[in-house]
Amino acid sequence: MDLHLEHITLVYPDGDSTLTAVDDVDLTVPAGTTTALLGPSGAGKSSLLAVAAGLTQPSRGTVTIGADVVFTPDTSVADSTRVRLERIGMVFQSPQLLGSLTALEQLELHAHLRGKRPASVRERGMELLDAVGVADHAHKRPAQLSGGQRQRVAIARALVGRPEVLLVDEPTSALDHERGTQVVELITGLAREMAAATLLVSHDASTLATVDATVRMLDARLEESAPLAAVRPA
Amino acid sequence: MFVALRDLQHARGRFVLMSVVIVLITFLVTFLASLTAGLARESTSAVTDLPADHIAFSMPAEDDAPEFTASRVEADQWDAWADVEGVESADPLGVATTRAETDGTTASVTALGVDEGTNLVPGSDGEGDDGEAGDVEPGTVVLTPEAAGALDAQTGDIVTLGGTALTVAATVEADQSFSHTPVVWTSLDDWQDIGARGSATAGGGADPVATVVALTTTDDADLAAADDALGTTTVTTSDARSAVSSFAGENTSLTTMQAFLLVISALVVGAFFTVWTISRSGDIAVLKALGGSTGYLLRDALGQAAVLLVGGVAVGTGLSVAAATLLPDAVPVVVTTATTLVPAAGLILLGLVGAGVSVARITRIDPHAALAAR
Ligand SMILES: Nc1ncnc2c1ncn2[C@@H]1O[C@H](COP(=O)(O)OP(=O)(O)O)[C@@H](O)[C@H]1O
Ligand SMILES: [Mg+2]
Repeated sequence: MDLHLEHITLVYPDGDSTLTAVDDVDLTVPAGTTTALLGPSGAGKSSLLAVAAGLTQPSRGTVTIGADVVFTPDTSVADSTRVRLERIGMVFQSPQLLGSLTALEQLELHAHLRGKRPASVRERGMELLDAVGVADHAHKRPAQLSGGQRQRVAIARALVGRPEVLLVDEPTSALDHERGTQVVELITGLAREMAAATLLVSHDASTLATVDATVRMLDARLEESAPLAAVRPA
Repeated sequence: MFVALRDLQHARGRFVLMSVVIVLITFLVTFLASLTAGLARESTSAVTDLPADHIAFSMPAEDDAPEFTASRVEADQWDAWADVEGVESADPLGVATTRAETDGTTASVTALGVDEGTNLVPGSDGEGDDGEAGDVEPGTVVLTPEAAGALDAQTGDIVTLGGTALTVAATVEADQSFSHTPVVWTSLDDWQDIGARGSATAGGGADPVATVVALTTTDDADLAAADDALGTTTVTTSDARSAVSSFAGENTSLTTMQAFLLVISALVVGAFFTVWTISRSGDIAVLKALGGSTGYLLRDALGQAAVLLVGGVAVGTGLSVAAATLLPDAVPVVVTTATTLVPAAGLILLGLVGAGVSVARITRIDPHAALAAR
């Protein structure tokens, strides 16, 4: 299913005045493709992602998955939470794994939250951990994993529920160039394989060789999509 | 409780520490409750074990709260009580704590003066036929085992009660005491001679007196009307415990301590879960961002608190029961449902309230925070 962001505006209260973090953004991410969202710090990338994820209601505009309008300024917290659980996978800037759960349990948690037996996704969980290259560490807790391994577990966790939309916030910020490139490649590959519409925020264009499209954000607005060659390093 | 149980195991140190606190508080509360019940029995069992449902006091001033040390009833009062409709029996009972002596031994006892042929003494059916252990006749005294032990006296021995020499008629199997002294039974005549309060002589007349009237009533007895007519104050046998001065003082202070402990435990549990919830607010934001509903997260956290509380309280209660059985008999503890399971249930309930107030902050945690690096 495609992800459509239509006329998204997000205004934060800022003391007595307000701060427009996202200003009338339109963006479509087709299913099975990855769009990279670039831009300097403070441009509003995370804010746009938060709206796309239903973590915060847009001040104006709608988020649509396939033909379903999922988030509007009036969507309730409970409804947003359910959409996120059933249709959206998220990878955060830091891995955000739960300290008391093993790598495999981080994935099983998703089934539990959906009211299914955790064991019912064990097999798929192991396949995913294998796909991201940490199958050997399935029974380790986050404290026993390296930063890169944790980020890979986080990617597997985002995909375990077969989400229609995958939202990724700066997955490479803690990794060196080579590992960052590998992680982006992993995400784009898995997104294609699982037909997920993927929006990937990054401030490091050099790791984006494998993405399908790139858009750039500046001062809360989207610039015209640049051809990929323009953002690739020479 | 997918995450909650794993957190319990993962943060074992913290939870063990908290469990130990809960175990200790539970031990303290249930042991104190057992001790309160035990002390209450030592103070009042002579009253509560009476085969009577109400006790009529006659206080010097009408408005005085009933008290065994000040009450004084006269023969016409208990005779009149016996004639009240719905009153099946009205027996005079003299209560006086006094000194008892045998050859070489002295002990403090409470002498209960009873009419001949009454059933107020354990081991007597009140029919007046001779030969039952609990039959009290003038010139004799019936002992509880505790009094017999304290005085080192056996049947046939002479015991001097407040200057009056009496022969031990029997020792009855009854664990009764009053104001922490063992009970002995004498006839009402002898009890007046013992004159623990000088009642007979002070009264000046030949009228027999006693301390209270023990009543057995049916539901249709109009006790209030009879009180008004006879100048008495009638309370239930259970309420009559408050008329024992040692009970009133002990019970109030010990019950207050228990109430404080219950409140303290709720506060401690609340404080623990406040700190715990704050320390895992990052995890909660992530769980919400992953699609965990607020209701689910609240149930998860409360379930965790329940596991901790039920476990800690169960161990604490078990310890206190074990301690009560191991302690020497001299420590007056009475272990019943009311002294163990009731305070235990109170601790769990109040603990859950404390935890509930603390984990309620989960509702205010913004999943947006998961996007922030940490
Ligand atoms: N929760 C918030 N409340 C108020 N202002 C915020 C909040 N989150 C971000 N902002 C502001 O919105 C703007 C965009 O931030 P953000 O979306 O995090 O940018 P980026 O991810 O591109 O670095 C910034 O000026 C930031 O200070
Ligand atoms: Mg950001």
